[in-house]
Order: sequence, then C-alpha cells, then structure tokens
Amino acid sequence: MFGIIWKSLRNRWLTAMLAVIGIAMSVALIMTVEKVRHDTRTSFTQTLSGTDLVVGARSGAIQLLLYSVFRIGNATNNISWDSVNDIAARPKVDWVVPLSLGDSHRGFRVLGTSQSYFTHYAYGSGRRLALADGAVFDDVFDAVIGSEVARKLGYTLGQQIVVAHGTGSVGLVKHDKQPFRVSGILAPTGTPVDQTVHVSLEGIEAMHVDWQSGMKAPGPGTSAEEIRKMDLQPREVTALLVGLKSRGTVFSEQRAINTYRAEPLLAILPGVALQELWSLVGVAESALLIVSGFVVLAGLVNLMSVLFAGLNERRREMAILRASGASPRHVFFMLSGESVLLTVMGVLLGVGLHYMVIAVGSVWAQAEFGIGLNVSLPGEGEWLILAAIFVAGLCAGLLPAWRAYSQSLSDGMMQRL
Amino acid sequence: MTRHTTRDAPVVVLEQLRFAWQAQADTLLDIAEFSVARRERVFLRGPSGCGKTTLLNIIAAVLKPRSGLVEVDGVDLTQLTGAACDRFRADHIGLVFQQFNLLPFLSVAENVQLPCRFSALRRQRATQHGRSLMEETERLLAQMNIPAAMMHSRSVMHLSVGQQQRVAVARAMIGSPALIIADEPTSAFDSDVREAFLALLFQEVEAAGSSLLFVSHDAGLSGAFDRIVDLPQMNRASPAMVTGGV
Repeated sequence: MFGIIWKSLRNRWLTAMLAVIGIAMSVALIMTVEKVRHDTRTSFTQTLSGTDLVVGARSGAIQLLLYSVFRIGNATNNISWDSVNDIAARPKVDWVVPLSLGDSHRGFRVLGTSQSYFTHYAYGSGRRLALADGAVFDDVFDAVIGSEVARKLGYTLGQQIVVAHGTGSVGLVKHDKQPFRVSGILAPTGTPVDQTVHVSLEGIEAMHVDWQSGMKAPGPGTSAEEIRKMDLQPREVTALLVGLKSRGTVFSEQRAINTYRAEPLLAILPGVALQELWSLVGVAESALLIVSGFVVLAGLVNLMSVLFAGLNERRREMAILRASGASPRHVFFMLSGESVLLTVMGVLLGVGLHYMVIAVGSVWAQAEFGIGLNVSLPGEGEWLILAAIFVAGLCAGLLPAWRAYSQSLSDGMMQRL
Repeated sequence: MTRHTTRDAPVVVLEQLRFAWQAQADTLLDIAEFSVARRERVFLRGPSGCGKTTLLNIIAAVLKPRSGLVEVDGVDLTQLTGAACDRFRADHIGLVFQQFNLLPFLSVAENVQLPCRFSALRRQRATQHGRSLMEETERLLAQMNIPAAMMHSRSVMHLSVGQQQRVAVARAMIGSPALIIADEPTSAFDSDVREAFLALLFQEVEAAGSSLLFVSHDAGLSGAFDRIVDLPQMNRASPAMVTGGV
C-alpha cells in the first residue's frame, strides 16, 4: 500500500515537491523564529551573570539596570566611596566592582572601573571577558576597548583617544589635554561590553583634574606627568557590581543595602531585573511567532490545495484501483497516507533547512547582534511545534481523502473521463 | 430471451432485478431473470446508454438494486455491507475496462499483481501451484503475448493499446477469480487485433475455469461466445431501446 502511495507521488513529483517545499519552508521559518526567540531571550537575560547584586543610588530597578548594564541613560545620583568601602567590607560580600559612568568617546560610553571588572564580570552561562589583543589597563591613561569600538572606529593597540564629557557625540567638551592610549581590545561578547571604552577609576579622575563644577578650567591644563603624581582616589562612583560568597544570602544582603543608613541605595538582582526588562521589550517576539504560525498555516493550505487539485485528474487512477479490488477505505487511506508522507518529508526537510540556517547564521548573528545561536537538539517547544504541524498536515489530508472516498463510492469503477 | 441449461451452480444469478438511480427516478433496469453458468462465456450486447455499465456495476457489487436478487458465485450481494462488497469484488471478480486500465506509475508486473495487494485470497490462489507471485505474473503475461522484456519497464505508457489491454486481462485473471467482466475491452482495436485479443482472452478464461461476461455494442464479435444476450430485449424497463433479437 505504501509502495503505491510512494510511486503515485513520484509520478506527480513536481507538485508533490512543491507541497513538500512549502511545508519545509514554513517549518524552517517557525523553527528558526522559535530558536532565535529562545536564544535571544537567553542571551539577553544573561547579559550579566555571576553578579549577585547591582547597587546604585536609589531610583528604579530598570533604570539602574539600564545605565549600569546597558549603558543607557544616566544615573540620577552617585554612590559615595565610603559606601563602596562599607559594602565591600561586609562579611558576606566576596567582591565588588565599582562602575563610573558619564563620559563618552565618539558615541561609545566610557566606563571607569577597577581591574577586578575583568576578573569578575561574566555573561552568558558564566563566560568571562577575554582580551583579543593587548593587556588590561595598567596606567592611569590606559584604556581597554570593546570589540565593537575597535571594529567601528578601526582602533588598534597604542591608538591615542580623547574622551569627551557627557554622552553625546557632537558639541561636547573634550578632555583633550589628557589623551588615553588603547592598551587592550576585548574579544566580542554580544553584550554592551562590546560598545564600551574601559578605563581605570583613576583615569576618570585624571581627565577631570582641570575641571571645576562641570566647567573646563581656563589655562593650558595639567600635564599627564603631574596628574600621575596626584592622589586620584575617586570620591564617588555610579554603580557597583557585588558578588557574594554564597548566593543564599542574596536577599538578606539586598535588604541590608536597601536599608543602608548613611546613603539611600538600591540593590537589585540583575537576573530578575533583566527578566522584567525582557517582558517589556519581548512583545515583538510573540508577534513574530504569530506571523510564522500563519506561514505554517499557508503551507498546510497549500498542501491541501495540491491534494484537492490532484483529485480530479486522479479519478481514473481511483477507478483502476477500485476495479483491482481497492475499497473506498483504501482510497481514503491512500490519500491521507499521501498527506502524511508529504508532511513528514516537509517536516524533515524543514528541520534540515532550519539547522543549515542556524549553522550558517549563528556566526553572523553573533558578530552582528551578539546573539549566541547554538545548534542544539529541538527543545520541548520545538517538538511541540513539529508535532502540531504533523497533526495539522494529517488533518489537511483528511478533507481531500474524504472527498476521494465519497467520489470513489459514487463513481464506483466507472471511468468518468 | 435465451435460456440456459445448468451445468453447475451458476456464477451469476439475477432475479426480478429493478434498478433506478434515485428512489423517485424512472426504473432503468428491470430484468426478470439472467444468469451466467460456470465456465460460460456470455456476450451481453446493447447500444450505448442502454444500461450495460450499470448492470455490470450491480453484478460487481458497486451498485445495489432497488429490489430483486443478485447472486454472484453463490453469494447474495444485496445482503452484503459496503465493506463486504469490496472484499467480495476483490476476491471473486476480475475487471477489464474499455481503456486506461493501468496505473501509469506502476510497472507492468506491478499492475498485474495489483489485485493481490487487496485480496489475500487472490494472492493465495495465484501462488497455489507452487509458483511465486512473480512466476505466476510472468506466466500470465507470457500467455497474453507480452514480451518478458516489457514486464519491469518503468512506464506502461510505452505499451501499445493492444498490449495494455492484454496486461489488463492478465491482471483480471491473476488469482483465477470466478467471474471476469470485460466492458468493451476491444473498442480501441482494429478488427484483426480484436480477433487475436479475444482468442487469448478465451484461452485464459478457459484455463482458469472462470466465467466471462463480455459487454459490447459490437455484434460482430459475438461469434465465439457460448451465448449472446441482448440487454434491451431482456430489460423490460426501456422498451424504447429494444432493438430486436439477435
């Protein structure tokens, strides 16, 4: 029986192939959309990992997340260096990484931080920052740039860069008396780190030596040599990444920081805040999924139309089968078996196509958007989608099969030519 | 109407058969009595549109009469359910049509073996003489003068019309069904080919011990048959179509 179905299909290979391709394309599309959706979400919610708490001046959780992790927007207030020391001294705190924001370089944010940033900052499932070239900053005027900064601006090691106060790219006052030197270039991470120029906290202080009350002091400016001899201990920072000795203490530490007496502070759990933020920006993903759902529907309607269109020209075939002893039920079985075969082939081809797209596209997606797409076995969601498509394909075949069934009942063995 | 003498239990028995397409429609067929004896070769004659094909469909258990008895190979078809009719037809009746008898996507041999896919009985009978199904297929095709080289050829469309009809006979004959129904199988033939085709058909029907119900509008073929039946004459429902005795 299956042999007949197969041979009959092979006889009409062009229309059969078009139906299979239609299903395959829609399967590949919805699988890829689902994959990108899933991995984008994972990628996004793992922009910052390994950090237990992000601490900033008291504001909103999302706002703190936006400026400390995504370098979007500005802090309304800073944290005093005393508070930083207090938090770092807490017995349950393992490490702190201070972040100082507020300056930019040609549209890229400049982040003042300590060397501990490069040992503790993690993204994805605990991946650490790695240097593609050069070394971590050592001198006051050293800068470590993210991969995007290097790529877009064409910077290499040793490049002299001038940092501007403020965060735009035009009309800003430049700290041109204290140029920095690129000492290291980070490997791509797919996180905002790629778009950041990292300097030491002392560097941030250094570029502001000639500034008073936000205004550039007149005069020739202080030379780099003199600045190096100064005390460049920062008085305040913008935010703080905190790692705890034990994750179990995260809520008690959060409460302790939130109720800190000397200064109004806010501590957030980055994972939770990232999830919250995703639920805001992730609406588009659902729209995408709905659209791909409709594409699948179109593929199935196409399958149905191929089967229906074939019915009339196959009336003779059905009559011959009936004359050879096939019952209308055989005819029904043949038609629905055909749709199952076409759907299975479409699904298999579609899954293959999907993996090809992912394998080829992952390189590009990582480089362009920093989304880590990894080739993996279909997850539960994907299996469900595939099963649903299979069932839908079966159902799409039932209607034409029913039509053929009733046709062969009424036609009998008469050949309506 | 011709009479027949019973040599054995008849293969086809129709009694007081009435048929109409719809309940309210005019009666199309009204046959008091008709039968085909075992091993008998009956020529059913009548012009186009006189209900020949409808009668064949009734005998082949595709259509059910409004009333009357339809018995084929000792089984009352009017008592069978739809599925049982299908099984009965697959097991006991071999059919040859006017043309387009073969599935274009199957080889010649696969076309011949088609009934054995749907009927275990036909398959069993085809292989009962210690031959494999393929050997029986080859034997039948050889009997029908189909060159062995054509048997597995990819497309039956390369066969001539005469060859296609002979393959169709081989298919109808496989598993030796009790009744072979041939509906205008020679209408696409030249007269000399027609004679040769009939000779082969008779020879095979004889060898298998089957009965043959051969339907045609062409009275010129009737020579070699045991009996000739004129449908319009037999059918009381369509006096307008009666064209006189044979």
